[in-house]
Amino acid sequence: MPKIAITVTAEGWNAPVDERFGRAAGFALVELGEGKRSISFIPNSQNRQAAQGAGTQSAETVANAGVEVLLTGHVGPKAFRALKAAGIAIYTGISGDAENALRDYEAGKLIKSTDADVESHW
Amino acid sequence: MIDIMDNKPRRRPFTIAVASGKGGTGKTTLALAMALSLANSGEAVALLDADVEAPNAHLFLKTEPGQALEATLSVPQINETRCTGCGKCREACAFNAIVMICGKPLVFGELCHGCGGCRLVCPESAIEEVPRTTGWLESAETNGLSFMRGRLKVGEAKSPPLIRTLLKNAPQRDWIIIDSPPGTSCPVIAAVRRADFVLLVTEPTPFGLNDLKLAVGMVRAVGLPFGVIVNRAGLGDREVQAWCRKENIPIMMEIPFSRDIARTYAGGGTLLDADPDKMKVFVELALSLAGRGA
Repeated sequence: MPKIAITVTAEGWNAPVDERFGRAAGFALVELGEGKRSISFIPNSQNRQAAQGAGTQSAETVANAGVEVLLTGHVGPKAFRALKAAGIAIYTGISGDAENALRDYEAGKLIKSTDADVESHW
Repeated sequence: MIDIMDNKPRRRPFTIAVASGKGGTGKTTLALAMALSLANSGEAVALLDADVEAPNAHLFLKTEPGQALEATLSVPQINETRCTGCGKCREACAFNAIVMICGKPLVFGELCHGCGGCRLVCPESAIEEVPRTTGWLESAETNGLSFMRGRLKVGEAKSPPLIRTLLKNAPQRDWIIIDSPPGTSCPVIAAVRRADFVLLVTEPTPFGLNDLKLAVGMVRAVGLPFGVIVNRAGLGDREVQAWCRKENIPIMMEIPFSRDIARTYAGGGTLLDADPDKMKVFVELALSLAGRGA
């Protein structure tokens, strides 16, 4: 099963989704196995403070974590390019909490992005 | 191209930058008045419009400047056959313009400041530099002065490299007058940092004073000599003058708030068109700043 990253504002399954990718508070790293699942948290504090290039750095963070699927609110053009280079599937426009986002993904309710959905610094 | 033969300076240029924290205080009006006054008195003057995001001084000179130079920034290009994916370039980049994705550097030219650090640290000489256009320098010989402006490419996020290119390629005249962009951040600092003197223009209002304080903080941080010109004097209160006195900041000139000046400006005329007597005042101010006798 693929490793999934969800942009979140806090830790845990009930953490609200952070609509931002580059400047998300952190990433919920979800691993699904046979009848079990695990969640861990990668803080994104350093990239949140970046003067510029937060999106590309965040893409590097999730790529290094071995993520194959990203669930987030919005992705800008530079982050999109970096995520694409890493071969990460991007699902945007999600809302609610981490649990909810994962359920929607598993149910096939989310649509895969083929392009950035917002301009830089939206 | 820029005329080099005609650019032999008779003496080292004296550079006056006209700046302000607040927009719309009269930077362009005063830079034009200073440059035209000096030109009219027979001095060799270059006027630089460094407000590259919205250059408009040419409107008052009634000229459309022609292209002198395409301004570029050198951004890295990775030679993938040489690159070993060591990531040293990424570590060297202070601007997040390089990320390592799956062991390969990925370059974002629009984030690059063109410092060349990545190329220096690359142990494989795998980084070449390619030019990326950020804007254009445009010039005209008009009204007895040499005019040059920078024009930023639409969508370009960073103006300081273009402003630095403008200053580097400025026509070498005895006087260089710079019309700076508004504000107190990188573009303004790029425009004023090599000036011999900075004229901070403000208006006597609470907004003018607030932004003047920020601008004074900026020139003090950079360590440049400066003075204040109060434009539209009589419009608001006397707080700007009181604050300058308290801070020991010289007020170089006060331009009155006048319907006549506003009407002339609205019709595309200069301050000197409205008040030709001011010419002498500007020349005297410039000569005293430069320590050059009248």
